[in-house]
Amino acid sequence: MSFAKIPKPDDLIAIQYEPPETPWMETPAVFRPGTWSYSGTAKSLTALGLPNPRSWQPPDEDWKLPENWKEIILEGMRERLEKYRSFKLFMDVCVRCGACADKCHFYIGSGDPRNMPVLRAELLRSVYRRYFTKSGKLFGRLAGARDLTVDVLKEWFYYFYQCTECRRCSAFCPFGIDQAEITMMGRELLNLVGCNINWVTEPAANCFRTGNHLGIQPGGIKDILDFFADDIEDRTGVRVEVPLNKKGAEILFVTPSGDYFADPGTYTCMGYMMLFHEIGLNYTFSTYASEGGNFGLFSSHEMIKRLNAKIYAEAKRLGVKWILGGECGHMWRVIQQYMDTMNGPADFLEEPVSPITGTRFENARSTKMVHIVEFTADLIRNGKLKIDPSRNDAQRVTFHDSCNPARAMGLFEEPRYIINHACNHFYEMAEDTIREKTLCCGGGAGLGNDENLEMRMRGGMPRAMAVKQVKEKHGVNRLACICAIDRATLPPLMDYWVPGVTVSGVHELLANALVMTGEKERTTDLRGEPLEGKAVDETL
Amino acid sequence: MGSMNLWISLITILILILSALGVAFSTLTFFLMAVLPYAAFTVFIVGFIYRVVQWAKAPVPFRITTTCGQQTSLPWIKNAPLESPSNIWGVIGRMALEVFLFRSLFRNTKVDILQKRPVYGSAKWLWFFSLLFHWSLLIIWLRHLRFFIEPIALWINGLSAVDGFFKIGVPTLYLSDAAILAGLTFLFLRRIVVPQLRYISLVTDYFALLLLLGIVTTGLLMRHFFPADLLQVKNLALGWVTFAPAAPKGVGKVFYIHLCFVFTLLTWFPMSKLMHMGGIFLSPTRNLANDNRMRRHLNPWNAPVKVHTYEEYEDEFRDKMKLAGLPVEKE
Repeated sequence: MSFAKIPKPDDLIAIQYEPPETPWMETPAVFRPGTWSYSGTAKSLTALGLPNPRSWQPPDEDWKLPENWKEIILEGMRERLEKYRSFKLFMDVCVRCGACADKCHFYIGSGDPRNMPVLRAELLRSVYRRYFTKSGKLFGRLAGARDLTVDVLKEWFYYFYQCTECRRCSAFCPFGIDQAEITMMGRELLNLVGCNINWVTEPAANCFRTGNHLGIQPGGIKDILDFFADDIEDRTGVRVEVPLNKKGAEILFVTPSGDYFADPGTYTCMGYMMLFHEIGLNYTFSTYASEGGNFGLFSSHEMIKRLNAKIYAEAKRLGVKWILGGECGHMWRVIQQYMDTMNGPADFLEEPVSPITGTRFENARSTKMVHIVEFTADLIRNGKLKIDPSRNDAQRVTFHDSCNPARAMGLFEEPRYIINHACNHFYEMAEDTIREKTLCCGGGAGLGNDENLEMRMRGGMPRAMAVKQVKEKHGVNRLACICAIDRATLPPLMDYWVPGVTVSGVHELLANALVMTGEKERTTDLRGEPLEGKAVDETL
Repeated sequence: MGSMNLWISLITILILILSALGVAFSTLTFFLMAVLPYAAFTVFIVGFIYRVVQWAKAPVPFRITTTCGQQTSLPWIKNAPLESPSNIWGVIGRMALEVFLFRSLFRNTKVDILQKRPVYGSAKWLWFFSLLFHWSLLIIWLRHLRFFIEPIALWINGLSAVDGFFKIGVPTLYLSDAAILAGLTFLFLRRIVVPQLRYISLVTDYFALLLLLGIVTTGLLMRHFFPADLLQVKNLALGWVTFAPAAPKGVGKVFYIHLCFVFTLLTWFPMSKLMHMGGIFLSPTRNLANDNRMRRHLNPWNAPVKVHTYEEYEDEFRDKMKLAGLPVEKE
């Protein structure tokens, strides 16, 4: 990735937190290069049947909105205020105490006051007050209300696509106001008049048709997984099977497509395959449900449901007992908080039981989908895996809690348990930057595109700096995570702020350490890099 | 915008004071003493209930708990029942911590860029003074019940005795009075002094604090500097309760301002951000258990959507699937 067009780290870190002179309501959003994302193409909007497909870009003066755009937006707001208590309540109860302000990674990294969650929400609230509250209708500006204009719509677009829906602010808010919820509403409203970004709409369109965000067709998925099996054989001497669309498998395995498309996610995917082979799991991948991620989460609740429906449908068609899910952040937000409600009940599946340990996953008894780190932690706990952590000795590891597993699941201990068994050198980052206070990679919620690079580096800065601290203190050189978006966005973030730190999934680390039946002596890790100590051993 | 919003709220407060004094020197006292109390109280109660009902009527389609601690998963992993509750008892505990101790605000930190990196400093003052303010307000409100109940309930006297435990001055300075003054002053000053807060503050944000400060100040003035005839005040309050209000004599002009502020607060409350008092109980990120995968949450308006079925998928890719050696439903 080229950082040529954005400021150098030393310049970017000179952040000005003093707000500007002009009140925010009188300061139009400026679409500065490097801080916004390209618009959704007409092609992808048409494929999904979304309104107002056309050719336009955010910096354009004319956004080619439908003539009655204002009525559409206000009617959309009215409808959502009636359908979501969260939306109505969060419009009403904020006291502007400002506790959320410096919790947002985009505010910390940019100093732009409208990136304070409180103001990002006020962008919508001001319009809500003007059209839906008596005091706003009566007192206007005095009550914090303002008219909905094209400039306001553009401001919404700019700032709702500078929020990664990470929910960090909601952990600090005394009323639990969740900016992710407000951003989701804002984006839904923008979608009604055809204002969306291509990094969301194109993956969604791909996913709808081909089953995955990247648009990989069935043969492609087969080739990729076969290729992984070759690589695994090369590194370990063990040939793993590639079960795909297999009826009668006990478990359907669903993972984000990023895992079979791009490094370093691919090594994590190889890790899953090695683990499943070693424990003799009767499982299958699916080409139809070849995506656990769900970019519907970044456009509308309806789109979440449309894209998510495949998982249960495929589980039913293949006749599996339950579903296992790979390492992914927003995928797990959807599975944890939306899937069962939207597309359940999954009464055709069985309550998940590990076929290896007999452990009943009580916490997934309704949704019938288990997170792979829960599954693997249970295997380790029951002594079902032979692990040689010294094979990861070249890695001095820290762990990045991905936003959604952290603040929508509370999945903190399971990944740490695996890392602690698979690695000898594990170091936590500063307390204010991990677990429920974890900081976003800066590229979630559809913002991980190249045109938005400056904003990504700004938003990811707080995370990167926490890594830098453990790098300097403990020599950390590996950032582990359980999220495919992280695996795509953290490597450039590290290259920019903390060169020398690589990124991997937890199951890549596990697979490096996993002693497989019938394996040859391993001299390299999954990436083909020599194992530390091996060279020394040979000279002894 | 910040300073203008401050001035507007200050002017509004001044107008309220002048109106109160106007009433005090006019023949409208009966209106203030006998009509407004009922009107304000009715608006407050009806308005409050109306707002809460409006919120409660909106469904909670999804269980969107914000988890701030370890989930309940495998039995050997220690969960965090109050930060990530998996059952109703945990939720009650979590809500109690939020409502009584402002748990989430206690997490507050402050970011500074020091030596080219963000540093997260402790920032508990907001939590401390907010808590001080809210608890004092509750105690003061409870103490005021002495005016409305005859004979005065034992617990009210007990509360007052504890509140005035240190017996500073005559009459005794209540700790809650000092605390609320400190709390409100902190909240107000930080809104003026911190540039970011000035930037986000609306007229109503200043107004709420100034109005409460006005009520507290006039209350303190009456207790310590311009004593109001407490018997008269009590008779007035009892008159309201027994629906036989009578305008008192010799309660002092400050009392008029005090009352005027209180009635303004009651009337404005239901349409203001102060409704967070009711709203906090309804917040879906806090009052729902993190038991999503254990129990199915129902969405009352869950509607069918257009999906891409497996049949449609196979129809498009059948040849490619066969070519790749993948099983198909239809040959």
